[in-house]
Amino acid sequence: MIAEYEVDLLLADLQELYGYDFTHYSRASLKRRINRLVSLDKFPSFAELRYRVRSDGEYIKRFVQELTVNVTEMFRDPLFYRTLRTSVIPSLLAKPFVRIWHAGCSTGEEVFSMAILLKEANLLHKTLLYATDLNPDVLESARKGIFMMSPMKQYSENYLLSGGTRDFSTYYTAQYGHVKFNEELAERMVFSTHNLVSDRSFNEFDLIMCRNVLIYFDKPLQNRVLNLFDESLGPLSYLALGSKETLKFSNIEPKYKQIGTEKIWRKMG
Amino acid sequence: MAENGVGRPEKLVVIGGSTGSIDVLLSVLPMVQVPLTGAAIVIVVHRKNTADSALSAVLALRTSLPVHEVDDKDLVQPGHIYLAPADYHLLFEHDGTFSLDDSEKINYSRPSIDVTFESAADVYGPAVVGIILSGANADGTEGFRAIKQAGGILVAQRPDTAQVGYMPNQAILHTPVDHILSIEQIGAFINGGKG
Repeated sequence: MIAEYEVDLLLADLQELYGYDFTHYSRASLKRRINRLVSLDKFPSFAELRYRVRSDGEYIKRFVQELTVNVTEMFRDPLFYRTLRTSVIPSLLAKPFVRIWHAGCSTGEEVFSMAILLKEANLLHKTLLYATDLNPDVLESARKGIFMMSPMKQYSENYLLSGGTRDFSTYYTAQYGHVKFNEELAERMVFSTHNLVSDRSFNEFDLIMCRNVLIYFDKPLQNRVLNLFDESLGPLSYLALGSKETLKFSNIEPKYKQIGTEKIWRKMG
Repeated sequence: MAENGVGRPEKLVVIGGSTGSIDVLLSVLPMVQVPLTGAAIVIVVHRKNTADSALSAVLALRTSLPVHEVDDKDLVQPGHIYLAPADYHLLFEHDGTFSLDDSEKINYSRPSIDVTFESAADVYGPAVVGIILSGANADGTEGFRAIKQAGGILVAQRPDTAQVGYMPNQAILHTPVDHILSIEQIGAFINGGKG
């Protein structure tokens, strides 16, 4: 186990040398991720890890990617997606143009899930899906729309539970243990790096999806990010968070009204 | 200060279990004295990754202590019982809050008992009592090592009283378990203080 002060040293290095600020990430999880990397990459000691981080600009890409959590799945929490279908998407139908931001999109499973919902609501053609993450490599992977075959059975079940009525496998082509999702789903997606810690608002959206990202941030950073979202949301737009995250106790809460019991809020004020 | 007062728990009882552990919890929780002065109980059990909160409701029926399924950044308060939510690892922060993490499964499990035990040891050190119940998986054994190194206390359910003895057996084989207890004894132990 590496010590607290060693975590501090690494975080200071990342900030000073590479401009990544992880100081407001949840410490417990961050420390676990660092320990995991020490073991995965077989560093004999903290000193070796630190030397590599300070001296190897290539290794930094891997380090930052492994420090952040990139686990994601399609239609995770199917009832959440069902609420999107029944309570959110219908209110977007009358708009001439829809913008959605997936903040912290990782390898893209959620953006493709959303594109399927929009396609089925006949809304995809007039929507732009902005998918951002701080890791360029996961964005590269998301852009391709290629995923492992193995979890597709689970995703198909999730899709049906979310209210999907088609054969999920018509959305992709399977080959050599992978699947590639249909091009038309990706046509309306824009991928870009964006760091919620340091970057600013870049557009106004009808829906922001940021699920299971805030759990990795401490309260002050959560508040910063929620205010960034608030600046990026137009009137009567929506904000969707992960199932254990909340707007409660944040300064933007009074402007928002929760939709049912799901972690979806609508901007009223 | 009230019995359920805010402040850092003096003792953190962290209970991990898998197959067969829910029944044990249903027997143990009614034995835990109310109020639970100075201690917080944290429960990590393997279960299906559906996000429903049925389990916390079932557990709450067996005790008049407040039972919560943990939300992001909830405070760890003495006198309360906390349940790790399905599909998240549960960790502790030095500022007295919980944090959640949806990273890779450990021992095929999320929540993983090892993750919570190790984090508890890191933050609460000798104030931790780790308890391993029935289960068919070795999750928890690594975490037991961490708790012991930090000066905490290790308790395993007596394997012959467990529906599946593998999990407590692994802990007993590989770590210096302090107490091997029957279901009734576990209830008494939680009430009995420092061990």
